Amino acid sequence: MAELTLWEAIRRAHDEEMANDPLVIAMGEDVGLAGGTYKCTLGLFDKYGPERIIDTPISEGSFTGIAIGASFLGVRPIVEIMSVNFAWLAMDQLFNTAAKVRYMSGGQLEAPIVMRSPGGTAHQLGAQHSARMEKVFMGVAGLRVVTPSTPKQAYGLLKSAVRCNDPVFIYEHERMYGLKGEVPDGEFFHPLEGSEVMRSGSDVTLFGYNLSTHWNLEAAKALAALGVEAEVVDLYSLSPLDRAGIRDSVRRTHRAIIVDEAEAPVGVGAEVMAIINEECFFDLDAAPVRVTSLNVPVPYAANLEHVAIPNPSWVVDAAKTMLGIGG
Amino acid sequence: MDTDQKKHLLRDMLFARRFEESCYEAYVERKIGGFLHLYPGQEACCFGVMSAARPGEDYVITGYRDHVHAIACGADPGEVMAELYGKANGSSGGFGGSMHIFDVKKHFMGGYAIVGGPFPLAAGMAMALKMKGQEAIAICFLGDAANNQGTFHETMNMASVWKLPVLFVCENNLYGIGTSIERSTAELDQYKRVAGYNIAAAMADGQDVVAVHDAATIAVDHVRNTRTPYFLELKTYRFRGHSMSDGGKYRSREEENEWKQRDPVRLLKDALVAEGALTEADYKAMDRELLKRIEDDIVPFAEQGPLPDVADVEAHVLSPDLRWARGEV
Ligand SMILES: Cc1ncc(C[n+]2csc(CCOP(=O)(O)OP(=O)(O)O)c2C)c(N)n1
Ligand SMILES: [Mg+2]
Repeated sequence: MAELTLWEAIRRAHDEEMANDPLVIAMGEDVGLAGGTYKCTLGLFDKYGPERIIDTPISEGSFTGIAIGASFLGVRPIVEIMSVNFAWLAMDQLFNTAAKVRYMSGGQLEAPIVMRSPGGTAHQLGAQHSARMEKVFMGVAGLRVVTPSTPKQAYGLLKSAVRCNDPVFIYEHERMYGLKGEVPDGEFFHPLEGSEVMRSGSDVTLFGYNLSTHWNLEAAKALAALGVEAEVVDLYSLSPLDRAGIRDSVRRTHRAIIVDEAEAPVGVGAEVMAIINEECFFDLDAAPVRVTSLNVPVPYAANLEHVAIPNPSWVVDAAKTMLGIGG
Repeated sequence: MDTDQKKHLLRDMLFARRFEESCYEAYVERKIGGFLHLYPGQEACCFGVMSAARPGEDYVITGYRDHVHAIACGADPGEVMAELYGKANGSSGGFGGSMHIFDVKKHFMGGYAIVGGPFPLAAGMAMALKMKGQEAIAICFLGDAANNQGTFHETMNMASVWKLPVLFVCENNLYGIGTSIERSTAELDQYKRVAGYNIAAAMADGQDVVAVHDAATIAVDHVRNTRTPYFLELKTYRFRGHSMSDGGKYRSREEENEWKQRDPVRLLKDALVAEGALTEADYKAMDRELLKRIEDDIVPFAEQGPLPDVADVEAHVLSPDLRWARGEV
């Protein structure tokens, strides 16, 4: 097993999939000659050439449409949107075409594209560069949404997303590309559906995904020092959410905290709570709570950003309150 | 243009250059966060156009490379700097940051970070000016690569059909981050791209502030008098990276050096020296004075400014006027 950074893991998946199938292409702004904004396609321009690693103009709406059109005829595009904030411009084609064409055509046509994009808050990037809008993608039937919290997931999810015949949106976290972790040396396809127990515990489940999973692991350590054993469940599949995994964990711990870097309304926390209600309400010892950012556009000033966005101490505090631990 | 006006422009452009360099230093010292896009190399574009327009009266909008445009509209440079520092005395109170400078009192209607977003916003302001019968015009400064967004085409069409008093200034610095215009754009001359929308257009040398001023005078007069749009392309070059995280591997040092021979500040200074209107010593004195202003006034204003009050983090999300929300009318 090699230790790779998250961006290296994504690059390896691109490389293997492009080597495997000449119809796999990557496209986006600065993915080619410049090597990718977060280096996820570094070196591949030289290896596969400009016809397969395509530098696009700043035309998100239409290059996404072009990728979808190409996918109708068998091409497997991996579209990188430089930052998820710009994905709003691509949503029309992604939602209205890619997510619906199988259905509208009665199963005749499909749009197996992968769209990858980094998002999240990353130190004072301001209101138009700090979007956490996975909830928007999650709300669209016909689209799969996955989000890696480790290099292993990043590698294996992209591999599976390319092979899967559905459109898949991969939400990556802007602050996590440098994160290191073990990735199996052999080829491996991570399931697109499911969740992963990152730490077992008996007292409370901390649900999260990508960055918030890491907050939860940190919070779990702090809670262990207080004698609380938290279970950390990583929801790498945001659509569909893993109902069974959520239920099973709550049945073990009887308490749930959902930690989300996004604002609360219409978010992951609300969905997970609904699943808990539907699946295991009578197993609960406490009302589930959410830890989310404030419901504001992300402010620029460092001190304002700090109070708007959650961190592990918010998770610890929520758990202490839930478990009635003072101090 | 008379000598006095040229000297004014020299001072403005040199100030902008020094201001941006001081932002660079503060960023390296981690006093400024987020993304920072600097303007050196392109000063003649902004000041040449604004010298032909009515700063403070005409409505100006641009992208994320916005500090100098705000200042050219009359924004206080100290407040701009304080915004970069994330301070309460910043132009947006610390809520915006480098990419989102606003000074609405000075009709600087903002910096926006989504490429191509300002095109329709500018046309919309022009529509409002038309409806209200005002003499002011809207001016939209954007880069070359923004012209590949759908908003460019859609807005040009509507601005033309609806006869909107808007001037589009394209600062064509030949790159959109790391992708050169040859690799992204089918027509290299941007002003030709609006022909299909029946919009009057021209191109000028964006390194020569007098040439920009002259071209912009025609452009501004056209918009103000005919109340129809105009598209002005300025060929220019940014001397620094796209933002602070730019490794610069996509263009050659030779190309950069060639463009630096046509530094807009130096070209104007040399012209004034050749005219006998300025000595090298005058120029040095001017430079010292501007640097002193930045060091003694502007940077301390930002450094000593108070942090925003964290209790205000939820301010500005929605209107404080809750009468309609609550049915109290
Ligand atoms: C919709 C959108 N896509 C991509 C980006 C990322 N991005 C920021 S600036 C930029 C290049 C813009 O180039 P140009 O319009 O020529 O302006 P310049 O930076 O050269 O002044 C890109 C791709 C963005 N901010 N918004
Ligand atoms: Mg450009």
